[in-house]
Amino acid sequence: MPKRTDLKSVLVIGSGPIVIGQAAEFDYSGTQALRVLKEEGLRVILVNSNPATIMTDPEFADATYVEPITPEVVEKIIAKERPDAILPTLGGQTALNTAIALDKSGALQKYDVELIGANIEAIELGEDREKFKGVVERCGAESARSVIVHTLDEAFAAVEELNYPVVVRPSFTMGGLGSGMAYNPEDLRRIAGAGLQYSPTTEVLLEESILGWKEYELEMMRDKNDNVVVVCSIENFDPVGVHTGDSITVAPAMTLTDREYQKLRDISIAVIREVGVDTGGCNIQFAIDPATGRVVVIEMNPRVSRSSALASKATGFAIAKIATKLAVGYTLDEIPNDITKKTPASFEPALDYVVVKVPRFAFEKFPAADKTLTTTMKSVGEAMALGRNFTEALQKALRSLEQKGSELSFEPIPEAEHEAVLASIVKGSTERLSLVQRLLFSGVSIEKLFETTAIDPWYLDQLQLINEVAQLVAANKHLPEHVLREAKRHGFSDAQLAQLTGKSESVIRGIRHALGVRPVYKTVDTCAAEFEAFTPYMYSSYDEETEVAAHEKKSVIILGSGPNRIGQGIEFDYSCVHAVMALRAEGYETVMVNCNPETVSTDYDISDRLYFEPLTLEDVLEVIHAEEETGGVLGVFVQLGGQTPLKLAAELKAAGVPILGTSPEAIDLAEHRGAFQQVLDNAGLVAPKNGTAVSFAEAKAIADSIGYPVLVRPSYVLGGRGMEIVYDEANLERYITNATEITVDHPVLVDRFLEDAIEIDVDALFDGTDLYVGGIMEHIEEAGIHSGDSACTLPPITLGPDVRERVKQATRAIAEGVGVRGLINIQFALASDILYVIEANPRASRTVPFTSKATGVQLSKVAALIGVGKTLAELRGSYLPATGDGAHLPEAAAIAVKEAVMPFARFRTPEGKVVDSLLGPEMRSTGEVMGFDKYFDTAFAKSQAAANNPLPTAGKVFVSVTNRDKRSIVMPVKHLSDNGFEIISTGGTAEVLRRNGIPTQVVGKLHEGGESIVDLIVAGQIGLILNTPSGSDARGDGYEIRAAATSVGTPVITTVAEFNASVQAIDALREYEWDVTSLQVHDANLNAARNA
Amino acid sequence: MNSLSNLPAVLVLEDGRIFRGRSYGAVGTTLGEAVFTTGMTGYQETLTDPSYAHQIIVQTFPHIGNTGVNSEDPESTRMWAAGYVVRDAARRPSNWRSERTLDEDLVEYGIVGIQGVDTRALTRHLRDAGAMKSGIFSGDDAAKSDAELVELVKAQPSMAGRNISAEVSVDTAYIVEPADHGYTGEPKRTVAAIDLGMKSMTPHRLAERGLRVHVLPYNATLEDIKATGAEGVFFSNGPGDPATATAQVELVRSVLDAGMPYFGICFGNQILGRALGFDTYKLRFGHRGINQPVMDKATGRVEITSQNHGFAVDAPIEGTVTAPVERFGKVEVSHYSLNDHVVEGLSCLDIPAFSVQYHPEAASGPHDAAYLFDRFMTALDSAAEKDSK
Repeated sequence: MPKRTDLKSVLVIGSGPIVIGQAAEFDYSGTQALRVLKEEGLRVILVNSNPATIMTDPEFADATYVEPITPEVVEKIIAKERPDAILPTLGGQTALNTAIALDKSGALQKYDVELIGANIEAIELGEDREKFKGVVERCGAESARSVIVHTLDEAFAAVEELNYPVVVRPSFTMGGLGSGMAYNPEDLRRIAGAGLQYSPTTEVLLEESILGWKEYELEMMRDKNDNVVVVCSIENFDPVGVHTGDSITVAPAMTLTDREYQKLRDISIAVIREVGVDTGGCNIQFAIDPATGRVVVIEMNPRVSRSSALASKATGFAIAKIATKLAVGYTLDEIPNDITKKTPASFEPALDYVVVKVPRFAFEKFPAADKTLTTTMKSVGEAMALGRNFTEALQKALRSLEQKGSELSFEPIPEAEHEAVLASIVKGSTERLSLVQRLLFSGVSIEKLFETTAIDPWYLDQLQLINEVAQLVAANKHLPEHVLREAKRHGFSDAQLAQLTGKSESVIRGIRHALGVRPVYKTVDTCAAEFEAFTPYMYSSYDEETEVAAHEKKSVIILGSGPNRIGQGIEFDYSCVHAVMALRAEGYETVMVNCNPETVSTDYDISDRLYFEPLTLEDVLEVIHAEEETGGVLGVFVQLGGQTPLKLAAELKAAGVPILGTSPEAIDLAEHRGAFQQVLDNAGLVAPKNGTAVSFAEAKAIADSIGYPVLVRPSYVLGGRGMEIVYDEANLERYITNATEITVDHPVLVDRFLEDAIEIDVDALFDGTDLYVGGIMEHIEEAGIHSGDSACTLPPITLGPDVRERVKQATRAIAEGVGVRGLINIQFALASDILYVIEANPRASRTVPFTSKATGVQLSKVAALIGVGKTLAELRGSYLPATGDGAHLPEAAAIAVKEAVMPFARFRTPEGKVVDSLLGPEMRSTGEVMGFDKYFDTAFAKSQAAANNPLPTAGKVFVSVTNRDKRSIVMPVKHLSDNGFEIISTGGTAEVLRRNGIPTQVVGKLHEGGESIVDLIVAGQIGLILNTPSGSDARGDGYEIRAAATSVGTPVITTVAEFNASVQAIDALREYEWDVTSLQVHDANLNAARNA
Repeated sequence: MNSLSNLPAVLVLEDGRIFRGRSYGAVGTTLGEAVFTTGMTGYQETLTDPSYAHQIIVQTFPHIGNTGVNSEDPESTRMWAAGYVVRDAARRPSNWRSERTLDEDLVEYGIVGIQGVDTRALTRHLRDAGAMKSGIFSGDDAAKSDAELVELVKAQPSMAGRNISAEVSVDTAYIVEPADHGYTGEPKRTVAAIDLGMKSMTPHRLAERGLRVHVLPYNATLEDIKATGAEGVFFSNGPGDPATATAQVELVRSVLDAGMPYFGICFGNQILGRALGFDTYKLRFGHRGINQPVMDKATGRVEITSQNHGFAVDAPIEGTVTAPVERFGKVEVSHYSLNDHVVEGLSCLDIPAFSVQYHPEAASGPHDAAYLFDRFMTALDSAAEKDSK
């Protein structure tokens, strides 16, 4: 029964901006889906507000709508495009919820659109806790036992059955209010007592605790013939209590017998059938009592998920691709396995390696946040590694994180501290793994650690094995071959061996190479070598036989960007993928190296060869060696994957590796403060006054000479890590004291901070002769807020042609002076009509995808081709427009607004309050959206809706600003008031507004008693908040207001500039009906205007 | 790190390829046919499966022994494999049912093993060159010259043409009662199961459905079968070349001639095939794993199956044919492998006989094909109904 013939067009819903819990994996799955649908000859329509995705590249769909993913907007797209069907299972919860809303509103029926790959009843059965419990029961399996109680007496009776500890969950309270874990009768009296009061129905759910149980997940596929296969089993290293997204996970399951595994498989199949998952992927999570083997079903997701992306990369079984084929009518046995070609997809992958995923956290960005790992996901990215055993995979994964201290170290913990450290590892934390391993190293028993952490003893023994190998190395510092091989077999890096033997990493490497101890590369083939593999998806291992095939053409190696983190996310993967696509199209043999399972770049059919490897110097040099051995290397791209590959540039070059594009010397020129100043001087450009300091005395001297406020930051960083605006000497001293890693090689940069400057970002290409400005972006917030967190517009809306030309010429001078061959990103600040150069980065930037989408020119592709010797002139008319550039776009060009998406609601202080949402020079956004429209006002409104902060068109606006902003808010607030908004304010701000004739309702500040503004916010009565901070209120009212707004999801604006833009946007929302326009139409309009 | 303290061991293939590692389990010499299995779980079931007699098992999954050994999961009373090849043997098992380490059991049953081998390289070699004679030599035996070891390996008999049934079958008949397998009520019917190396899950699957199972040795006769009061006959899995199973083929023919319902698994499928007049042949490297997709032609649905076979029936996959032994009437291939279109099941249309090449009893493996035991039940019911008319 092949493909359905009644489907001609399909709308795919993407997942929107990258947020914690819903990240790049949905670009990976969505991109696969679009490719399949196009191959099947269908008309493909896409909606996704995230411009940094590959899936929103115009060539992947027939009509690509970079528009907010809301039911209203998607309905407009349906009305315009009239698709036959919607595929909502590949865009995460966002897509699924949107589809459900469209079904509920009757829009699907109205436009006669069918949902494919999903079934509303099945989704609801899967997602409704109580209904799902029924499903589990009907399948003969168990859920965690629970009892609903209405009195304390009932609660005590229920505990007789459930035993302590019990989870207490009051019914119908917001955000888990009043929930807790009761370990004894006193706890129960306290928590359940309060819970009964909190609950509007005086109702509390008591549930048996499964904390500390073993946690598993099975990834399943089902087709319309009811064929079901398990693609992968995943076991959590961290027991129940830590969110799977925050846990170290292992595939396949390592500590189940066949009987136990088959029991999970049987339950999964029964549940998927009982729920009625239509076709496609789903996953089911289980907990198993380690003492008795009792199995409890936790939950299921009736869609492609983060773990399906992981399972696809872990097994080579492309879940999203196959789910899409199933949705258009194929059955599993009709779909060939991509990798073996000859066998079908209706099988269950067999692994002959171990996969370990480790999460990457960003707690350093949120110092106030509680770092305990709980059932709320907090990690911002992940790295995956494959090895021929667990120890190898684990250690590779840990070094893939690229975080200081992420590799295991072998320092004993003094016995006097054991008790305290043991107490600290009861709950999950970012440090737990290394503390467990070091406690084992210090003689604490596996039994004791199992008792404390509930981590399976098998894993604990594997950590102990690593410790024993470390001891063997330490006892054989001259590294005889058998010791070196043993260490490598268990995943030790050259850097770890250097630390253990007191040698340098390069000496270790020298010894290793002299002994011929090098990794081999094995293939991920879905079948444990039972059949020949035709897809070179490789991973390294210290084993005997390598499988890298000889290649005729020399390879071009593209180094990826590693795990997603704040400041280096999907945007860099986008540039890498574009480079691969352009180079492949031009006939080059491409090799991708990356370790991020979420990405498109690690899809095995993107490049000619994929090496799923850590991006450390050692691992990259070995890949290059393997490629040299089998046919040669043309060169390596380091400028596309962000800071991760860039920081390897010099050492790669020193090792004799040809670097394509901008040279390491040029990179250094741009990043080295003194050298770069020379470039600016030569070009007659100015930077804000600045200096470089390695001590407080030096920093103070600089600040004194250039004047406060100053912007201080460590050199060589991405995402404004550790960047701060310092207004006085005391804070400067605090900053320098806290900055631990200041060395002569890594000094602190001290810049004059330009207040009230317009910040400008430029992405440009330079080939040594010509410059192509990709785009000039004008930030909406003033300088001082990290460009990654700031909204911006392209084309700039207030910069005239002369300013743009000055920016262009300055860009050219810098690109030339630095010696760029490819992409450069420069940040300028315009203050009092003086154009200051803030910084230049000779690499692909975070804004490249946005610039590319907004201007219809794919800059990274051009950068890659420059790297292999093409000139801009040659690429005009194909990859580049025949004439013109992005500096001076035609007036007809639509306005693209980029807005950042912030994760504040995820992070709570140990007291349970959300962290502060103030923006600053340190980047904290996880993703971005693009609003695209003819005029700025609507484009901005779209960007806010897409970022999940829709602006109100009526209602109450709360305004409270710091003194310096009071003058500038009068006009916009009056405008809102004139348009019928009720203005609410406090104290000084209220006085200013009333004196200006604006009707203003005054509410009390927090300490004034009575109903406060926070009460109104929490009650959901406020539609919009403007709160600009004064220096001192970080812990005062301002924080309370912002925290309340963040926790209930009210839009809160913290700068006047953004407020002004919002007022414009509100006008547009009130006056015009939104129109939706595809990228393809935008591009056609722009091209027509360019050629006119 | 027991991985470093063990004795040297060497795995030698008849084509001269040699893999070095360290000993695992018993120390000494063992000879057998090297075959690989891709199951990621179920090593205990695999090692105790009599079908692996005289075979050296290569586990493609690197970590083996993680869940230790328990007394519930074995598929027979001992380990049968001739030898065992793994990459990373567990040092410390962890599972709530674990009673001992796998290493201890390997030593107890005298299974000579090797660890630390690049099992993927070995598997790729066996895939390309085919399953072949091999040997593991550990301890002092590993010290012999490579040439000497290759000669020892070559000297063993080949699996093709080998009859092993007598070695693996029971000596005397015994009865498996439904009441001991969770079935409540009086036994529904009685069947005879010919043990050619039967896994213990098979009589369990029959008994739990209410069948009293008389397990008979490999050399049982039709009279022996009839003496049990059996209403149907089951032929089990087992090792060896079906071309040598002349006596069993004749026995099946007499069962079919007697009009008794027949159900065969694995070796029992090959014997039915030969009884019907089809040929059997040796596969290059066989099917061994628990992820094998099989098409059920009757329903068009796919079953994920547990498989362990080196030989297969040569019959046309498409359509219905008259059995070469014409008196058995029409026959069709009921199931085939989606990986390589090997025959995975036979179904007679005119007589109550069917069989599958794979393992519906699983253990280890998925339970997708458990319905076949119900189908046997139905065949028994229909036959009884016919008799009573």
